[in-house]
This record gives sequence, C-alpha cells and structure tokens, in this order.
Amino acid sequence: MRETETGLKSLMLAGLKGDATAHRSLLSQLAGYLRAYFRRQLARIGRSAADAEDLVQEVLLAIHTRRHTYDPVEPLTPWVHAIARYKLIDHLRRTRASMSNVPIDDAAELVAQEDQGGAESSHDLGRLLGQLPERTRRVIESVKLEGLSVAETASRYGLSESNVKVSIHRGLRALAAAIAREQQ
Amino acid sequence: MKTDDLIAMLGTNVEPVDGKYLLRAVGGAIAASSLVAVAAILLTFGFRADLTTRGALIFVISKLAFTVVTIALSAIMLTRLARPGGERRVSIAWMVLPFAAILLLAAASLASAPSAHWERMIVGDQWLECLLSIPIIAIVPFAAVIWIVRRMAPTDLRRTGALAGLVSGSISAAAYALHCMDDSLPFVALWYGGTIILCTAAGTVFGPRLLRW
Repeated sequence: MRETETGLKSLMLAGLKGDATAHRSLLSQLAGYLRAYFRRQLARIGRSAADAEDLVQEVLLAIHTRRHTYDPVEPLTPWVHAIARYKLIDHLRRTRASMSNVPIDDAAELVAQEDQGGAESSHDLGRLLGQLPERTRRVIESVKLEGLSVAETASRYGLSESNVKVSIHRGLRALAAAIAREQQ
Repeated sequence: MKTDDLIAMLGTNVEPVDGKYLLRAVGGAIAASSLVAVAAILLTFGFRADLTTRGALIFVISKLAFTVVTIALSAIMLTRLARPGGERRVSIAWMVLPFAAILLLAAASLASAPSAHWERMIVGDQWLECLLSIPIIAIVPFAAVIWIVRRMAPTDLRRTGALAGLVSGSISAAAYALHCMDDSLPFVALWYGGTIILCTAAGTVFGPRLLRW
C-alpha cells in the first residue's frame, strides 16, 4: 500500500503543477481502484453493482474539479477515499437506501483491489454537454475534447483566456452536478 | 460514456492549481465579512460613545479577546473541515475552551459580587438587543463562508455547517462588542456565548442542505 500511495501522490503533485500526462495516468489508475472499491462496497450492502461506473465517473470529476482541496503535505489515498466514501453515501441516500448498513472502512480499502475492465456508465457525454449553456459547452468541446489550447480557444470565440478557464471550471462542475441529477 | 473518454477529457490541457487557494479563500471570506459586520454595527447602532476612554477599552478588549479567540479557532477548524476527510483532523474540545474560560470568569465575577447585584449583572440593559443583533448580523458572514466552502469539498456537512455558524456568530459578536455597553462578565458569557451557540446550532441544521456537492 505504501508504494501505491507514493506512486499516486507523485502523479497528483505533478498534475497539480499542470502535467497533463501525470494527471491522466493518476485518473486512470484511480479509476481502477475506485471501480473495484464501489463494486465491492455495493455488493457488501446487497446493492446492484450496476451503479458502480456512475460512481467512478462522479468521483473522477469531483477529484478533478476539487483538486485544490488536496493538501500536498498529506497522503493522497485518504483524500481520495474520503471523496469516494462521501459520494457512495450520497448516492445511497439519493437512491433512498438505509444508511445504517454502510460498513466502516478505511483508506486501505480503497487501494486493496484494482479493476481495469473497460467500463461505461449510463451517462451520455453528448447529452450531458447539451445541458450546459451554449458558450460553456463550446469552450469545453474545444479545450477538453478537440485539445485546442486555452489561448487558441479564446481567440476562436473572442473571449479572454481567464474567461475560458472559468467557463471550463464551471462547466465541469455543472457536468458533475448533471451526472448526480441523472442518478436520482 | 466510457470512463476512458472522461479521463481523456479531464486529462487534456490540465491547468496548474494554486496550492494556497483554499486557505486564502476561507481566510479572505472571514476577513471580508468581519469588515462588513463592523460596518453594519457602525451604521446601525454606532460604536459606544466612550470607546476610546480607558475604562471602556478594558471591557471592549476583554470581549474582543473572547470572540477573536473563537473566530481564530473556528477558522482553523473550518479550513480543515473544508477538505475531504478533514473531520478526522479537528477536535471539538478546542472549541469548548473559550466558552469554558468565559463561564469560569463569569462564575468568579458573580461569586465576588453581592447576590443583590446578580440579576443586573446577568440581564444587563440590552440583553434583547444583543440576543437579536448578533444572530441577524451573523447572516452575512454565514452566507459568505458557506458560499466559499461550497467550492471546497467538506465530507462532514453537519460539522462543517456548525463551524460555519460558530465562526459567523463569533464575527458578529466581536463587531457587536464595539457597540455594546453591558460590560459584566456574566452578561458576556450568557448573551454573547449563548447567541454564538445559537448560530452554531443553526449552522448544524442548515449545513447538510447548503453544503452538499
């Protein structure tokens, strides 16, 4: 577990500095752990594991949009685990399950197993993006899907760079909220 | 949506993150709303007329000592609670300290006074004004703190809401101390302490609804 923590944390620290490769690698490793974690937890409380992938994606979005709440002097695994557990409990509450039977678990549970089986959630990215305001959607498509830089996107749509950054950030949070809404 | 597609999207054009953002944002919200609270007191009641005289200054400073200590402690706790899993790094015992201290001082002050004065020391002149003003003025800092903490990722919403209420009530009480002419320690312990606890309770109730993410 200690090696896992060291590896994940160094990817996180690089990602926080803007290293996209490290960030992508972090998210895909975490996706594996999260998938195994949610399937296990949902099975343990007798719930369908079908929702696991929705939760994985919701947590990945939360990790990305709330990266600034990670304190670099602290270990990473408990931070991710706290988010995963919060989202699991929130999910169960939304789907009206009894809360009393979520077993207590600790950060070690999160990285206990990995499941990299290619997986798909019930959400459709196109449909989710369609719920965003026009400008936000176009900016996200340009920067996050087509891979244009912030500067290129800014000049493409006649916006300022900080405007583009704010739009992306708001858009991704709105996306996370839309995913949460769809699960109700 | 494939999870790999989502990761590819999130991992494209990754912006660097400002590591001090959380501390600056929470600290900024508390500082700015403190100024607003002081301005609100100045505009509605005005500061106490004898504010700069030596006799009054001692009382004002002792009231500020109590409220500023609670502001500082709850601000520190709040920056921890704003992070996922932060509830494991806060201790409520610390928050009880300033309240225990003011209660002890109030008890000592009552013990050293003749019992005929007790009622006057406890009820003061303006207990009703104090009881109403502190919670009402606390609404502004509460809104500001909640607005900022919503951008973070608290995972214990009741406790985070409670701390948001506690810090707001303390800010409001500190500002009110600049106006308030009731200087007895039992008054401060009961009406300042009581209204701050009231704000904390309100935060506990509203926290889960306001802070959900």
